[in-house]
Amino acid sequence: MKNNIVKYCNIKNNEVFLDGKSIFHDEEKLDFNEFIKKVYKNFEMEYPKFYKMDPLCKLAVAGSSILLDQFEEVDSEMAVILSNKSSCIDIDIVHQASISEGNEGYASPANFVYTLPNIALGEISIKYKLRSENSFFIFEDFNPDFLIDYTTSLIGLKKTNQVMCGWVEIFKNEYNAFLFIVKAEKGITFNKENLLKLI
Amino acid sequence: MAQNIAITGMGIVSAIGMNVEENLMSLKGNKHGISKIENIDTILRDSIFVGEIKKINQELLDLLGVKEVVNNFSRTSMLGTLAVKEAIEDAGIDVRSENIGFINSTTVGGMDIIERYYNTFEFEKDEQHYIEVHDAGNNTNVICDYLGIKGMVTTISTACSSAANAIMLGARLIKSGRLDKVIVGGMDGLCKFTINGFNTLMILSDAHNQPFDDQRKGLNLGEGAAYLVLEAEESYTKRGKKPLAFLSGYANANDAFHQTASSENGEGAFLAMQKAFEVAGLDVGSIDYVNAHGTATPNNDLSEGRAILNVFNQNVPDFSSTKPFTGHTLAAAAAVEAVYSILSLREGIIYPNLNFETPMKEFDLIPNLQLKSKEVNAVLSNSFGFGGNCSSLIFVK
Amino acid sequence: MEELKKELKEKIIEALNLEDMSIEDINDTDMLFEEGLGLDSIDALELIIILDKDYGIKLTDSKEGKKIFQSIETMAQYISENRTK
Repeated sequence: MKNNIVKYCNIKNNEVFLDGKSIFHDEEKLDFNEFIKKVYKNFEMEYPKFYKMDPLCKLAVAGSSILLDQFEEVDSEMAVILSNKSSCIDIDIVHQASISEGNEGYASPANFVYTLPNIALGEISIKYKLRSENSFFIFEDFNPDFLIDYTTSLIGLKKTNQVMCGWVEIFKNEYNAFLFIVKAEKGITFNKENLLKLI
Repeated sequence: MAQNIAITGMGIVSAIGMNVEENLMSLKGNKHGISKIENIDTILRDSIFVGEIKKINQELLDLLGVKEVVNNFSRTSMLGTLAVKEAIEDAGIDVRSENIGFINSTTVGGMDIIERYYNTFEFEKDEQHYIEVHDAGNNTNVICDYLGIKGMVTTISTACSSAANAIMLGARLIKSGRLDKVIVGGMDGLCKFTINGFNTLMILSDAHNQPFDDQRKGLNLGEGAAYLVLEAEESYTKRGKKPLAFLSGYANANDAFHQTASSENGEGAFLAMQKAFEVAGLDVGSIDYVNAHGTATPNNDLSEGRAILNVFNQNVPDFSSTKPFTGHTLAAAAAVEAVYSILSLREGIIYPNLNFETPMKEFDLIPNLQLKSKEVNAVLSNSFGFGGNCSSLIFVK
Repeated sequence: MEELKKELKEKIIEALNLEDMSIEDINDTDMLFEEGLGLDSIDALELIIILDKDYGIKLTDSKEGKKIFQSIETMAQYISENRTK
C-alpha cells in the first residue's frame, strides 16, 4: 500500500483543526502566548512543563498533542521530521536581549536551552517516549517536495513505518503549524498537491 | 550488503589549521588550539578557554577576496565558505557547471552580526540589511552565491549533531539516486550568544577540557567549519577520481530524556551507534578507532562511556576525543571529526586524548593517550546534540 | 524570615513559569526537586541565577545547589545567612 496522510492538524489564525475540521476557535484576537495557553487548557494536555517552553516548542507540542493524544499508545519508532523558516528566533531574541550591554552576567539557562529549533523534537520525544530518527530543517518556504522525499525514503528503507512531519513556523504573533502523520494505511494521497491544499 | 558512499573531497578550518594539511600537522604534532578568547569582548574572557581561530573577521574577508565593506557575510559563513572552497577544490568539481547539492548546518548562523548591531539597528538604516544575515538559511545562501552552487540546498539545525545529520542526508540523497554529488557539513563561529548561554548552563570549564577524566569540569567552546564531498560511484568512476574513503554506516536516534542532558546510560547514544552498525553491515569488532563526542562535561562523558561499553560488549577499541585540540565546534563538530576520521584511515594514525590524567571511577575506560600508528580500516564517529539528538557515523577505507 | 519565604515563592513561580501554582500551593518544607514540585536541573540553574542577581550570593559549583534548594525552608535559611544584598 502507498504512503498516505492518515491524520493532520493545523493551528493558525487562533483556530485549531483536526483532519480539516475546526475543533477549537478563539473569538478574541489574542496574542500567540495567550492563545496557545487556551489551547493547552481546552484540550487538557496536563503537562506542566509546557509552560516553560519557548513559543516554537509550545506550538510544536500543542500540535503533536492534538494529533497523538488520540492514540492509546504512540509507536516509539515513529520518526519526527519538522521544518520552518524562522528557526526559534523569538527565544533567540529574548536570550540576546538578556546578554546585551549591561546584562551579560544574567543570561537565563531556561531561555538558552530553547535557542535551538531541534529542542522541539526533544520535547516531543520526551513527552511521547520516542527514540527514533528526528531532524529539523530550515527552508525559505514550506517545502513539500523535500518532506515527501525524505519521509518516503525513511519508510522505504524500513527505518520506521510511520513519520510525523510538518511545518511549524512562528515569528512573534505570526504562526502556522501544519503537522501530519504518514503511514502505509488508508488516508489522503501523500503528494505535493494535497500538502499544499492542506497547509 | 551495505552500499558505501564515496567521499571525494574535504575541507576544514578550525583552531588548529586553516586547511586539511595544517589540521593534520597539528594533530600529529600534539599542537592544540585552545586559548583565552581574543576576538570577542566578553566579561568571560578571563574565565574560559576556547578553540578560537586566530583571524579577525577582516582577515577572513581578505582570504576570501571580498572587497565590499558592506557585505552579508557573518563570521560563521566566512568560515563555512573557506572550508567549502577547499572541499570543492580537493574533489576537483565545478559547482558552476553542474547541479551539485549542498546540505549545510549551523546553530549560530549570523548571530555575531546581530550582536554587533543589536543596540543600533533600529536607528541606523545602513545596518538594517544585516537583519537577514541572522538567519541560518541566509548564511547558507551567501555561500552558494559566492561559490556558484546551484543544486538542491538546505540547512539543518539540530545542535551538536547537525553536521552528522547533514552527512546522513547527503548519503541518502546519493543512495536514492537523487544527486550524484553533494557537499555536506557544518559551520559555527564563536559569539557571545553561545558563550553566555553555555556559561549559564554551568558546563564551561575554566581550564583546558579533559574528556573522560574523573576531574573534568566541562567543555571549551570552539569554532570552525568542515565539509565532505559525497559522490555516487558512477560519477567518480566516470571522471577517474579516486575516493578518499567511504561512509559506510550512519544513524540518528533520540535520547528522549532531557533538553540538554543525556540519560544515565546513554540510551540515545547506544541506539545511534547500534543502528549505524546495522546500516554498515559491520560488526563491532571491525572498528579500529572511535572518535568520541567526548565534550568533557560530567554528563556526556559518563553517558557516552556507558553507551560505548554496551555497544562494544565491554571490549572497546582505541578511542579518543579530539575536542582538546579544537574545542567543541557545535554544528561543525561532526564534520570536523569526520575529516579527522578520514585522515585517521588514510594516514594510519589514532589521535591522543589530550589532558587526560585520572581515569573515571564509574568504569574502566582509558582513552588513547599518545599519537599511535597502526592500520586503521574502520572508524566510528559520535556526535550528540542538545534535544537528545544522537548521531553516529562509520567511515571505512 | 516569613517575608523572605513568601518572596522566594513568588520569585520561583515567576522565574520557573509555574503557571498553575500560587504561593499558597507551596509549603515551606515541600521538596522542590524530584517529588514535590518536580523541578529539574535547568530550574536549579535558574535558582542559582536568582541567588546571585537578587541576593548577591555566587555559587560556583552547581552541586552545592542540591542541599540549598531542598525546600523553601532550606533556601531561606541559606540566603539569610549568606546574602550580601
